[in-house]
Amino acid sequence: MKNRLKIFHILLLFVASLTTVNAYAEEDAAFSPGELIFGHTGDSYEWHITKVGEKDIAIPLPVIVYSSEKGLNMFCASKLHHGKEYNGFYIAESGDYAGKVVEKDALGNEVRPWDFSLTKNAVALLLNSLLLIIIILYAAKWYKKNPLTAPKGFRGALEMLIMSIQDDVIKPSVGKDYKKFSPYLLTIFFFIFINNLMGLIPIFPGGANTTGNIAVTFVLAIITMLVVNIFGTKEYWKEIFSPAVPVWLKSPIFPLMPVLELFGVFTKPFALMIRLFANILAGHSIILAFICLIFFVAKMSAGISVTMTAVAVIFTIFMNFLELLVAFIQAYVFVMLASVFIGLARVEPHHEKE
Amino acid sequence: MSLLVPETGLLFWMLLAFGVVFFVLAKYGWPVIVGMVEKRSDFINESVRVAEEAKLQLDNIKATSDAIINEARQKQMEILQQAAEMKEKMIEDAKTKAAAEAEKIIESARISIQKEKNEAMKDVRSQVVSLSLDIAEKVVRQKLSDQKEQVTLIEKLMDEVSIS
Repeated sequence: MKNRLKIFHILLLFVASLTTVNAYAEEDAAFSPGELIFGHTGDSYEWHITKVGEKDIAIPLPVIVYSSEKGLNMFCASKLHHGKEYNGFYIAESGDYAGKVVEKDALGNEVRPWDFSLTKNAVALLLNSLLLIIIILYAAKWYKKNPLTAPKGFRGALEMLIMSIQDDVIKPSVGKDYKKFSPYLLTIFFFIFINNLMGLIPIFPGGANTTGNIAVTFVLAIITMLVVNIFGTKEYWKEIFSPAVPVWLKSPIFPLMPVLELFGVFTKPFALMIRLFANILAGHSIILAFICLIFFVAKMSAGISVTMTAVAVIFTIFMNFLELLVAFIQAYVFVMLASVFIGLARVEPHHEKE
Repeated sequence: MSLLVPETGLLFWMLLAFGVVFFVLAKYGWPVIVGMVEKRSDFINESVRVAEEAKLQLDNIKATSDAIINEARQKQMEILQQAAEMKEKMIEDAKTKAAAEAEKIIESARISIQKEKNEAMKDVRSQVVSLSLDIAEKVVRQKLSDQKEQVTLIEKLMDEVSIS
């Protein structure tokens, strides 16, 4: 009972500490969990690996910016360290573009050039893509060499995953011409899955919050929306603009149903985008929050700090396992919904009793 | 709020990365793997079908061979039966033929015996006639010395002749 009370108190303290993170951060400039979490889940111009003593160990990444005045500029991000300026470009400390490369226009206003920098997330995306291509092509090569043999080990697991996604998700959801869409949907699944997994690895090649970045999920959702609508059948468009509802609900004067249906065309991919982004971002944030907790309580009395550290470590491990599950589930859900949307867009006219 | 605004640069790199991944995997990755898996499953299905067919054929062959053996056995039985019947019949035939032959031989023997007998009778008769003529001659030559005795003798002779 006493122990339980203690744990309860600790949890209360923990909740309180989380809610007061911002207030605390203002007092103690040295350690701010909020900044740390957003720094880790966000994007940056260098890939921060660790800190040895006071020295940051980070891989500086190329900054590629295009401005109408200075044209295309390519330079190493290390040239912008600690507020340094390079060719008029610098990283904004505050304002709308805080943390981004900006320049001053003729009037002295801070403006953003076209920024195609290979940021941490961009590099991580490329690395993960390369990894995925290598893994799949490696398996494909093996299949070519060993036709009619069942693979074992990693390739066996890969085959199981590929075939279960195709046969249990894509096939029943898309319908009879699933083969046409299966390469795209499989690519989506594995792309999201490998990015989710790599995001969970805390050291260098992993750790980037790629699928928890809205730009990434935005592209995935937009492409899916395009696929759904480009391959939509006549019946699909008919159901949008002239659904089977009473005429007064779809007349040109009061086109309620068509408007709602048209709205659905955009809400479906929007939901896809937000779901993946929010899930992965939240997972990363929670793990980081637990880790921050260790440092947050470090200055408190020994008892509290030891107990809280233990709790934080246990919860971090638990969350990591949960995130492994989420990594799969989110990829699965994304591809399942994409399949369903494609399947819905491939409707054939119903042959009802006339 | 910056969390919810997609970065142009990242959009570009994401589009590029995903596009390349999709292109490469859709061309060299998925079709190969899925195709091979399907080929394998087809092969396994085909193998099972062929094996089943082979088993069926084997069963058929066994049934046919059993039928052939049964037929052969039946034929053998029939042939044996026929042979036995034939044997019986042959023996029977031989018997009847032999009997008929014997009958014929006996008949001819009888006829020849009758003929011989008749010949013999004829012979005897002519002998008797000649004998009686001889006797008569002798009797006549003795010129009947004792009348009484002669009469009885003649009578006796006559009796004998008539009896025989």
